Amino acid sequence: MKAGFRISKSIRFRILLSLAGVLLVVSALSPLLAPYDPYVQDLSQALQPPSGMHWLGTDRYGRDMLSRVMVGGRTTLYTALSLVAVISVFGTLVGIVSGYKGGRIDTFLMRVSDIFLAFPGMVFAIAVAGVLGGGLINAVMALAFISWPKYARLARGQVLSIKSLSYFSAARLSGSGTVKIIFRHILPNITGIILVTATLDIGTMIMELAALSFLGLGATPPTPEWGSMMSNGRSMLQTSPWVILAPGCAIFISVVIFNLLGDTVRDVLDPKNNQ
Amino acid sequence: MQSVAGDAVDALYDNISGGVSEEIKAERRAELGLDKPFLVQYANWLKGLVQGDMGISYLSGKAVFPTFMSKLPATLLLMVSSISLTVTVSIPLGVLAAVRQNRILDYVVRGLTFAGNSLPGFFTSLLLIYFFSLKLRLLPVMGGTISLKSIILPTLTLAIAMSSKYIRQVRVTVLEELQKDYVTGARARGVRESVIMYANVLKTAMLTIITLLALSIGSLLGGTAIIETIFMWDGVGKLAVDSILMRDYPMIQAYVIWMALIYVAVNLVTDLLYHFLDPRIRRAHSA
Repeated sequence: MKAGFRISKSIRFRILLSLAGVLLVVSALSPLLAPYDPYVQDLSQALQPPSGMHWLGTDRYGRDMLSRVMVGGRTTLYTALSLVAVISVFGTLVGIVSGYKGGRIDTFLMRVSDIFLAFPGMVFAIAVAGVLGGGLINAVMALAFISWPKYARLARGQVLSIKSLSYFSAARLSGSGTVKIIFRHILPNITGIILVTATLDIGTMIMELAALSFLGLGATPPTPEWGSMMSNGRSMLQTSPWVILAPGCAIFISVVIFNLLGDTVRDVLDPKNNQ
Repeated sequence: MQSVAGDAVDALYDNISGGVSEEIKAERRAELGLDKPFLVQYANWLKGLVQGDMGISYLSGKAVFPTFMSKLPATLLLMVSSISLTVTVSIPLGVLAAVRQNRILDYVVRGLTFAGNSLPGFFTSLLLIYFFSLKLRLLPVMGGTISLKSIILPTLTLAIAMSSKYIRQVRVTVLEELQKDYVTGARARGVRESVIMYANVLKTAMLTIITLLALSIGSLLGGTAIIETIFMWDGVGKLAVDSILMRDYPMIQAYVIWMALIYVAVNLVTDLLYHFLDPRIRRAHSA
């Protein structure tokens, strides 16, 4: 409770949270807010530079870039958010079981996570996505595959250090069951660090998801998604750079907001920075 | 991977318009040994491997090992150039930012590294291509051939991403070291600030830098899939992506072996370096 209180008092945190909120609300309501239909093609308006009518210009099919970026945000941002939610919960769970149980289960789970950590993340993700075939769901699964071990490692390390503390022994000596110990004594103590990692991960996931889509392994056309929009616009970089810049800047801005948010949460939660 | 519907033969012939009859596909599969059960294929591959034969590519029909080796120099070159640029930029900037903590320079450096951390590599590279190749017309758009000019942009792209991480890390490490008692002690004895920085602080900070370097070198040797693909840089990362997309298993297997080798080698070298650089580890072993 104390940590939550400290966070909500920070002005920087409030501003960043509102910015992230605006981002999420605007993209959630994008079908209503967008000035044009993001799917309707109008070839007479193809590749128009930004103007009063089309604030961010139009793409090669004459679709309004602003509308596409807004609707694309819904795909990119919410997919990244759910991805982070899934891997942080799953990874933490694996880490807690591994650290708490120890022994063979621990060895097995950690070797499995080693396998996923041994490869450069992106290449492995491309391999998984390549095997599963294109599509947003498969890209998410590929990224989930390569990203959960980070949380498992983190949670396991935390559990191991908690296990050596006296309050943990006290809880066990007084007869608390495994479930009670995990939920009452371990989870509350590691949620902070997991939360910080997860918040910082949102930005990374937005970038990696967009990267997979950029390679053609994510969202399939005509679904607007920032990475695939950039990939489609690549050949027009010289003549109509806005086709690349609009989704690119959208990615950049969202990543900056979520990274700053993560940094703020970490600074507030970390007692070392509170001097 | 083998369990997926569709194999290299499908991937190869599906691109031909109109498609190819099943007989031709079957003939090609027999030629490549793809009609045999998966375990037999694996045993054959393993048998070849211990004899130094990694098989032939399903796509080009050429031997895997020479093809793979021919892609290595490009990746190695890119690794060396981007790592050198990163190190020469990051260490001075990180130290400067730490020494001038909370002053303008520190804020500028921190702002820039933050921005660098939030830029996806493919966006950085497209921005660089836009400004340097298309607007200023200084550099070629795509690599294609390896030359002094074509290596600049991929190197810059990689160095921007890596420096952003390194500078932050160097800054934090140096700040931590500067708080320690031995620095206060040295200052009290009248040791010059520059000597403290070079002889003591940087030496300790090297450990952090080496850990980072080991991680970067490991992943750079595996090729940077996206950067190599964008710049058409003919390295192993691009080879891996192409092989994965075309289900060219012998090539993928060669890549996996390469990654395993790197993983082991980098870990070993890092441990040895720790041994040289950290007296605590060194003495713990000799005692």
